[in-house]
Amino acid sequence: MTSESYRFTPDPDRVREEMLKPYPAKTRKKREKQIVLNDPDSPPAIGANARTIPGIITQRGCTYAGCRGVVIGPIYDIVHITHGPVGCGYYSWLTRRNLARPAPGQTNFMQYCMSTDMQEDEIIFGGEKKLAAAVREAYALFQPKAISIYATCPIGLIGDDIHAVARQASEELGINVFAFSCEGYKGVSQSAGHHIANNGVFKHIVGRDDTPADGRFRVNILGEYNIGGDAFEIEELFARCGITLTATLSGNVSYDQIARCHTADLNAVMCHRSINYMAEMMETKYGIPWIKVNFIGAGSTAKSLRKIAQYFGDKALSDRVEMVIAQEMQKLKATVDEVKPRCEGRLAALFVGGSRAHHYQDLFQELGMRVVGAGYEFAHRDDYEGRAVLPTIKVDADSRNIEELEVEPDPVRFKARRSPEQLEALKAGGFTFSDYEGMMRQMDKQALVIDDISHHEMDKLIELYRPDVVCCGIKEKYVVEKMGVPCKQLHSYDYGGPYAVFTGAANFYREIDRMVNTRVWKMILPPWQKHPELGARPVFSPKPRKTRETAAAAADGKGRPARSRSARLEAIEPTGEPTC
Amino acid sequence: MLNSTTSHHTERQALRVNPAKTCQPIGAMYAALGIHNCLPHSHGSQGCCAYHRSHLTRHFKEPVMATTSSFTEGASVFGGLANMTQALTNIFSIYQPDVVAVHTTCLSEVIGDDLPMMFKKFREDGKLPPGKHLIHANTPSFQGSHITGFANMTTAMVRYLCEKSGEVCDRFNLLPGYLDPADMREVKRLAAGIGARFVMFPDTSDVLDGPQTGRFQMYPQGGATVEEIRSAGDGFATLALGFWASEPAAKELEHKCEVPYELVELPIGLGATDAFVDAVRRLAATEVPGEIERERGQLIDLMSDMSQYLHEKRVAVFGDPDHVIPLVRFLVELGMRPVHVVTGTPGKAFETNVRQLLGPAGAAAKVRAGEDLLSLHQWIKAEPVDLLIGNTYGKYIARAEDNLPFVRFGFPILDRVAHRLFPTVGYRGAMRLVAGITDALLDKKDRECPEEFFELVQ
Repeated sequence: MTSESYRFTPDPDRVREEMLKPYPAKTRKKREKQIVLNDPDSPPAIGANARTIPGIITQRGCTYAGCRGVVIGPIYDIVHITHGPVGCGYYSWLTRRNLARPAPGQTNFMQYCMSTDMQEDEIIFGGEKKLAAAVREAYALFQPKAISIYATCPIGLIGDDIHAVARQASEELGINVFAFSCEGYKGVSQSAGHHIANNGVFKHIVGRDDTPADGRFRVNILGEYNIGGDAFEIEELFARCGITLTATLSGNVSYDQIARCHTADLNAVMCHRSINYMAEMMETKYGIPWIKVNFIGAGSTAKSLRKIAQYFGDKALSDRVEMVIAQEMQKLKATVDEVKPRCEGRLAALFVGGSRAHHYQDLFQELGMRVVGAGYEFAHRDDYEGRAVLPTIKVDADSRNIEELEVEPDPVRFKARRSPEQLEALKAGGFTFSDYEGMMRQMDKQALVIDDISHHEMDKLIELYRPDVVCCGIKEKYVVEKMGVPCKQLHSYDYGGPYAVFTGAANFYREIDRMVNTRVWKMILPPWQKHPELGARPVFSPKPRKTRETAAAAADGKGRPARSRSARLEAIEPTGEPTC
Repeated sequence: MLNSTTSHHTERQALRVNPAKTCQPIGAMYAALGIHNCLPHSHGSQGCCAYHRSHLTRHFKEPVMATTSSFTEGASVFGGLANMTQALTNIFSIYQPDVVAVHTTCLSEVIGDDLPMMFKKFREDGKLPPGKHLIHANTPSFQGSHITGFANMTTAMVRYLCEKSGEVCDRFNLLPGYLDPADMREVKRLAAGIGARFVMFPDTSDVLDGPQTGRFQMYPQGGATVEEIRSAGDGFATLALGFWASEPAAKELEHKCEVPYELVELPIGLGATDAFVDAVRRLAATEVPGEIERERGQLIDLMSDMSQYLHEKRVAVFGDPDHVIPLVRFLVELGMRPVHVVTGTPGKAFETNVRQLLGPAGAAAKVRAGEDLLSLHQWIKAEPVDLLIGNTYGKYIARAEDNLPFVRFGFPILDRVAHRLFPTVGYRGAMRLVAGITDALLDKKDRECPEEFFELVQ
């Protein structure tokens, strides 16, 4: 380890106090609960999934963004129509980088933004007619397999029945048309939108096609949205291991794949926050067990692959998985060996999303970097403290507004994927189903855990810790960088990536190496600010004719040549600050 | 790329596909950033604020600070007074701006929140710190576009801050319209170069084009100060750039403080810059200095040098109306042929203006306000063009049409950086436009022409 690893860091209690200092009493009381010091052995209770306090500069977005933007938007062959004024549809158009590579013969509508662009008259007299007409026009233009409709804030208030419009359109057009009541004001963050999206996809798409995928080891990846091509990497890795990917919810996925994803034998959950509802509902209705996986970080990827192989209990699969892991780890070693010495001991902070602030800690650990603070933008307590706390989470009014579907086992299609004996054997071998241990158990003692971090808190954290890299989103990026600290966007990956699985890990190591070692951060101060002293004019001093003797006398005795002209300039300056 | 688009154009009544506009609040947020020490505040659910900040950040690659009332279901039912009061209390104790510029959203508009009443209560309850200002603009997303929002917030500056002391001062007011910081800086440079004394607001130069200093400033050094905006009421005239973005505020200033106004186009291209320079010269009662005439001469020189590459080239243009009108004027000056001209912002005046510029030769051109990029693309497919000019979203059409030469222009530009540093207004900006257009056309030729026609000198 380099001397960097012994770098001084401030007392986290003091940092917390500095963060809370300027808050009015009422605000302070709320924020206190959402800023805690970690204990990995017994994670303290953290305030999460609570309302953002008005007037606080927050990272959070809205329910519509979580529903249309995150969970359903990536399904590439659905026509997505936003019902409302033009803005919401416009801002969710191509901004999330969920890439799609449609299979031959499939259509891709991702480049199209569709909105009813509501005008004042429709706000006053109702927008149902316009919505129905818009659905018809969309069908005439694109003939999609399915059309989904998303409500924006005004829709709930003016009372448009978007679900009735969807039902009528379904009958009229003979295709699947469904709607989401994901008005922006529902819930406290994007999280409510994820839940609404899960419900809608489960009700309207999953289970519409019982044709099973070919392959023996059929797995769905839930909560992977193919930002920067992550899902492409996972697909390739699965293919090499001989695992059949039935569907990814919902990165690089078609409507048809989701319609038959209930035929898979295992759900592997990446982003617990955005899709645990789906995992639970599919287990209840179809009998598919779920496990938590993480394909961010080499170690986590290996662990996740082994877990999947262990679940299927097939020797050939396990052998193949081990072979792939060994090959990939070997390939990765050269990158780690090269990059790690340059990154080791550096400090990172991550404030993003509902799973990435946890998942990406693996990559930093693999580089020997220390995470001094982390938190989610819209997660719940179980994402911090682990699912063990679920029974103790109080359901508040905002969460109660979001529908909980009543799901029962499907009388025909429910099928236990593993026999009770197999399950017992797996559990006896330390295998855990339906569990997520949360972020805090992996973090250092006394590390700061901050939920829904505000601008001011981030400002203090950077001022007092001076981390070498901060991970957050586009709104914070240039704020952080104006402080002279590089910022990695972990929503959009700064238009880079992929970062998933082994190949992605190598990309991320190199990216962090670039960020923490790039020269530009050392160029901020111009030379005249480092050495503001005046009087460094050149002085004329007549040079004696160079002879062999004088040249030897001018050398400094260590074999270096005599001073150049610029060295003479420096020599008449008073001593300045050392350069950075 | 956009594989489902065909050359068959049908009129749509209800469905907007690939809009060439966005909603009012983002324009209001941008305008508010042009006041010094001002924090824009979005009164609605927090997603609006998040979307607007993200979008502006992607365009400027700069911090965009703003707060929100963070409505949840309760506020949407019972009204946003409690949220607004709490927000303002937090803002003044944590972020300490001089001005909070509030804009509404479709949510707070639909429930009918009365912002002046909320401000009044906040003030009467003694919660407003001395010397601080609250202003607001109604920016319903279901009317107009982001340009309307910019105009409404600029008008709010006049309504709340401008005052007439009774003594007319020797200064005029400059309303720059929805321009990038580099363009605002260029407008100021030209006006100052002519020797004019003026106050410009809003002014986002030195706010959204800040340097890297290692220090984050919540309120950068730029922006029109409250004092400057107040003094606009004593200006002897207002020069408003752009009918859509600036005229409403100019009218309000005339109405409120009896300051007469003159309206010119945004100074994009030769003719529009001439009109701007001439207007400033008349207002300042002075001569146009040789330095600026020299810039004009350089532009003319470039136009004649490049004419062979531009003559009669067919162009599709889309963007905001105040930008597109002078741009079409310039394209005509360059000898090019705008054949499809689209803005997403509604307004019949746009079509009349553009038709007038195109004259009889452009009778067959498609000119449409309140239109979208699907229609534009369908028209391009049916009647191909040599060049596309518009914001970043145009790159999808350009790629779909066999890498059609494409020049990024207007708002937003999310995938390139030059726009925030180098102006496209004024004579210098026009030179940059000519260079950009010629580069785009010649790059295509260099990439695709048969090898025997690949030339060293152009």
